Amino acid sequence: MRALRTGRPRATWRDRLAPLVLFAIIIGGWYFVSLVVLDRDRRFLLPSPDSVVRVAFLDGHNLAQLLRALWLSASVALIGLGVSIVLGMAVAIAMSQARWVEKSVYPYAVILQTIPTLAMVPLIGFWFDYGFLSRVIVCVLIALFPVISSTLFGLKSIDQGMLDLFRLHRIPRWRRLVSLQLPATFAGFQVSAGLSAVGAVVGDFFFKQGKPGIGVLIDLYRARLLSQQLFGAVILASLLGVVVFTFFGWLSRLVTGRWYGAETP
Amino acid sequence: MRHHIWTYSNESAKTDAPPRDNDAGGPADNDTGGPAGDLAPTLVTFTGVEKRYPDGTQALAPVDLAVRDGEFVSIVGASGCGKSTLLRLASGLTTATAGTVVPSTGRISYVFQDPTLLPWRSVRRNVETLAELTGAPRAEYRPRAAEVIDLVGLGGFERHRPRSLSGGMRMRVSLARSLVLSPDLFLLDEPFGALDEISRERLGDELLRLFELRRFGAALFVTHSVAEAVYLSTRVLVMSPRPGRMVAEFAIPFGFPRPAELRFREDFTRLTAAVSRRLRDGDGQAA
Repeated sequence: MRALRTGRPRATWRDRLAPLVLFAIIIGGWYFVSLVVLDRDRRFLLPSPDSVVRVAFLDGHNLAQLLRALWLSASVALIGLGVSIVLGMAVAIAMSQARWVEKSVYPYAVILQTIPTLAMVPLIGFWFDYGFLSRVIVCVLIALFPVISSTLFGLKSIDQGMLDLFRLHRIPRWRRLVSLQLPATFAGFQVSAGLSAVGAVVGDFFFKQGKPGIGVLIDLYRARLLSQQLFGAVILASLLGVVVFTFFGWLSRLVTGRWYGAETP
Repeated sequence: MRHHIWTYSNESAKTDAPPRDNDAGGPADNDTGGPAGDLAPTLVTFTGVEKRYPDGTQALAPVDLAVRDGEFVSIVGASGCGKSTLLRLASGLTTATAGTVVPSTGRISYVFQDPTLLPWRSVRRNVETLAELTGAPRAEYRPRAAEVIDLVGLGGFERHRPRSLSGGMRMRVSLARSLVLSPDLFLLDEPFGALDEISRERLGDELLRLFELRRFGAALFVTHSVAEAVYLSTRVLVMSPRPGRMVAEFAIPFGFPRPAELRFREDFTRLTAAVSRRLRDGDGQAA
């Protein structure tokens, strides 16, 4: 009797090379449009990659401004995500415990998802001012629903046989929740993680007041036609999303990926 | 509560006597000569039990059945004839629409066709799950789990997680998890149904050995395979298509321990053929 082999297939040279080639094509296309298609007067619409790097990232003053804003947006995203996870899990657990809770709460969770954030922003600013708190709230509004729905799905996707076994042996409900249902909900946080970064930038962009995050900078650079810095800010905002998303992907693989192999002693 | 009560000796198993087709029909009689005899305590009793689902489907026509300590009772029947319902009734997971089920006062364990393991727990922790969550002290269940893991042939795989195991090995984990509880009544709902033929036979041998070692008091075993039922059991019950009722009962005359070669013996194949025939006749000859 042998355990099955469950490793990932080894990456071939094609797997490694293809992303690099695609990246080169995109950068090449970018240069082509910037230097060949656009004439000098209109080049500000798409500045060449090297000029973006030179002005936005190699200039000390500009870089410092961007990094300060990035730090603020990252804090908003992480705190918003933390609040969303705690709040979303609590709501999902409550919903999973009684049908009447689910029936009464779910419509509002759906409204939360469908309501245009833009419509809520003035209201939130009105109530909570235009500072850090309001930005976190916008972030939570965007990231909360995926946490609720993925946790609820995880809690409910338990094998019927397993539930029967727990019932047969009269295992208390809270033990069922902790040892059977909660571990199945881990995988769903990655989507929320990506959205929290979006939420942080969007909230910032609309508030336009208080300490500037990436969103405020984007708006500022747009208004002043500082296109190199504008592109730098957009690149950093995307990087923030990618980093948070990747980090949570890694985290959930760390938890669930170990399900596939032997337990580390 | 456990005693060795095999009344069939190995001599009788070696005789070429034709298998006894106790074609009782209707209620399963307790004095049909099953190895448990009359003295062993009854672990579950069905009297005129019917089951009708809310949508009006009648799953079980009146069924009478008693399983005694020391018995290995198999139930064969067409798909959807109410075999699984019978197990759910015996476990108390569902209630009868009519008639009475007197459940076991002892421990009950249940094994499903799907191993239903927790993917994030290692083999050892999966085996310990039920004992741990029912609040048993760790000092008590841990050594028992280790022993059962060895018994089902999973020694050395304690740290593996279910995804890295084959289907047969996962089923062994599921069996071990139930056996840690030392059940008096062991309910098995087509546990080997999803396995290939070789794994299926091998696990059948393991289960038989565990029965011979008295790791569980009695078994109520649902299966589609007539040969498996005859090989493992002391008694085989044949159910009619839905609504299910008992149409035949076969006392299995082979003694214990049962060698794997029993499957190829003429008296075994004759008995298997008789059960199959009865199964195929199904409703027609029902009493």
